[in-house]
Amino acid sequence: MNRILPVLAVLAAILALWYAAVVPMNAGWTVAQADRAGQELTLSDIVADTMNQDRPRLPAPHQVAAELKKTVLDTRVTSKRSLVFHGWITLQSTLWGFALGTAVGIGMAVSIVYSRTANMSLMPWAIISQTIPIVAIAPMIIVVLATLGVEGRTVPKAIISAYLCFFPVLVSMVKGLRSPGPMQIDLMKTYSASAGQTFWKLRLPASVPYLFTSLKVGIAAALVGTIVGELPTGAIQGLGARILIGDQFGNPLMIWSALIAAACLAAALVSIVAALQSLALLRMGYAR
Amino acid sequence: MSQDAAIEANGLDLTFETGDGAIQALRDVTLEIGKGEFVSFIGPSGCGKTTFLRVVAGLEKPTGGEVRVNGTSPDEARRDRAYGYVFQEAGLYPWRTIAGNVRLPLEIMGYSRSEMADRVNRVLELVELSGFENKHPWQLSGGMQQRASIARALAFDADILLMDEPFGALDEIVRDHLNEQLLGLWEHTGKTIGFVTHSIPEAVYLSTRIVVMSPRPGRITDVIDNPLPRKRPLDIRDTPEFLEVAQRVRKGLRAGQSYED
Repeated sequence: MNRILPVLAVLAAILALWYAAVVPMNAGWTVAQADRAGQELTLSDIVADTMNQDRPRLPAPHQVAAELKKTVLDTRVTSKRSLVFHGWITLQSTLWGFALGTAVGIGMAVSIVYSRTANMSLMPWAIISQTIPIVAIAPMIIVVLATLGVEGRTVPKAIISAYLCFFPVLVSMVKGLRSPGPMQIDLMKTYSASAGQTFWKLRLPASVPYLFTSLKVGIAAALVGTIVGELPTGAIQGLGARILIGDQFGNPLMIWSALIAAACLAAALVSIVAALQSLALLRMGYAR
Repeated sequence: MSQDAAIEANGLDLTFETGDGAIQALRDVTLEIGKGEFVSFIGPSGCGKTTFLRVVAGLEKPTGGEVRVNGTSPDEARRDRAYGYVFQEAGLYPWRTIAGNVRLPLEIMGYSRSEMADRVNRVLELVELSGFENKHPWQLSGGMQQRASIARALAFDADILLMDEPFGALDEIVRDHLNEQLLGLWEHTGKTIGFVTHSIPEAVYLSTRIVVMSPRPGRITDVIDNPLPRKRPLDIRDTPEFLEVAQRVRKGLRAGQSYED
């Protein structure tokens, strides 16, 4: 309860601010409509109307909730109108991108820790890669993959997602693999341990807490990468595509419900990784 | 050079190149440690006592002179599992249980599963940690952790135990207890022990010989034979004989100091 209360308090504050913003954002249209019809509106009429427009500039929370109920619960999950369907499309690419990004991040970290050359050549490029706007390279990735004969959207989206996801994993794993102190390394030397033994028995287990911390950031980044990957690529499926289509067809309810769905998906994914983290660290004897 | 020497150093020099110029960590260190001896190294920081131990272990390469361990080079001796090394910190792996930590060198050296279990049981009994096999390091006190790290160094039956201020971070009561235990362990295993310390009473209580060292450059200024009997109860430290040896060590340390101040 002590942990839930602050979260609920913040949520209530956000909802209050949101409702407060709905009135001025949508009032213009209400007043214009009334003018055209030659009606006089009281303040309470205006407030009531701003909360229930069909195409509001800013939909009220209860409208978004109703839209979510309609597209999540009341629609068959196989339907193209179901947010579960679009969420699943996005989730698939996210998980592929997460797996790929994590593998690339760990692989690069290992080579950077073990090779001076890799440290000096790879690390600057890894940092530079993160300064390029992902929206700028996403279409290029699609075009290049299409030229190579890759069908469908899943692979390019996963690659764009991995592009964002690998970096936090790389940085944390470099730190984690380097976390054993000189004494620990010397101890392995006194056993005449091979480089492989030092890696498997010392460096890798020592990096596990660092890895999980970065996976929490990484999976959120992977989701953002997938959604961004769905925006400029002409995709018609996925939460990102819903946001884009909602924008193009002037349907803010569609944008907002996709947005909330993406946020819930992110929260669920991060929670799952956090649970795995607690479990792994408990089993490794870290927890107390 | 004698046949019975566990460790022999001859005119050992070691110079570290640093940004501020060269630092002579060891100069002309010549010393012979016989099998079964307990030799303490004492001196202020920077006198090279730890460096000497690291050279013996092959963790540092001397820039001059020669060191032999069991008649071979330090690297060969290490491959022959001639020595176990105990560091100032226990350095147990937090993700391994106590038994798992003690098993670490055995895994690396490729012992069989049953042999590992036997050895882990035996050395944990030796350091009085039976029953703590499945605990994780954080569940043990600092003294118990250091005992586990000694067990780890003993697990593969090296003849030589190199200990670099193993009890330096512990409080005095725990330290006394561990000193007593270490003497008992030395007594019935017959190992050769090289022991670095800052503490005069510890050096006098434990060793058969005390090597007094002095800094800048790191060198041996005195080697004191300890006339105390092998059986040493803790209260031997209040006898006049003990105090006399302690005074010689103190004098040796002071003589080394006056060199620079």
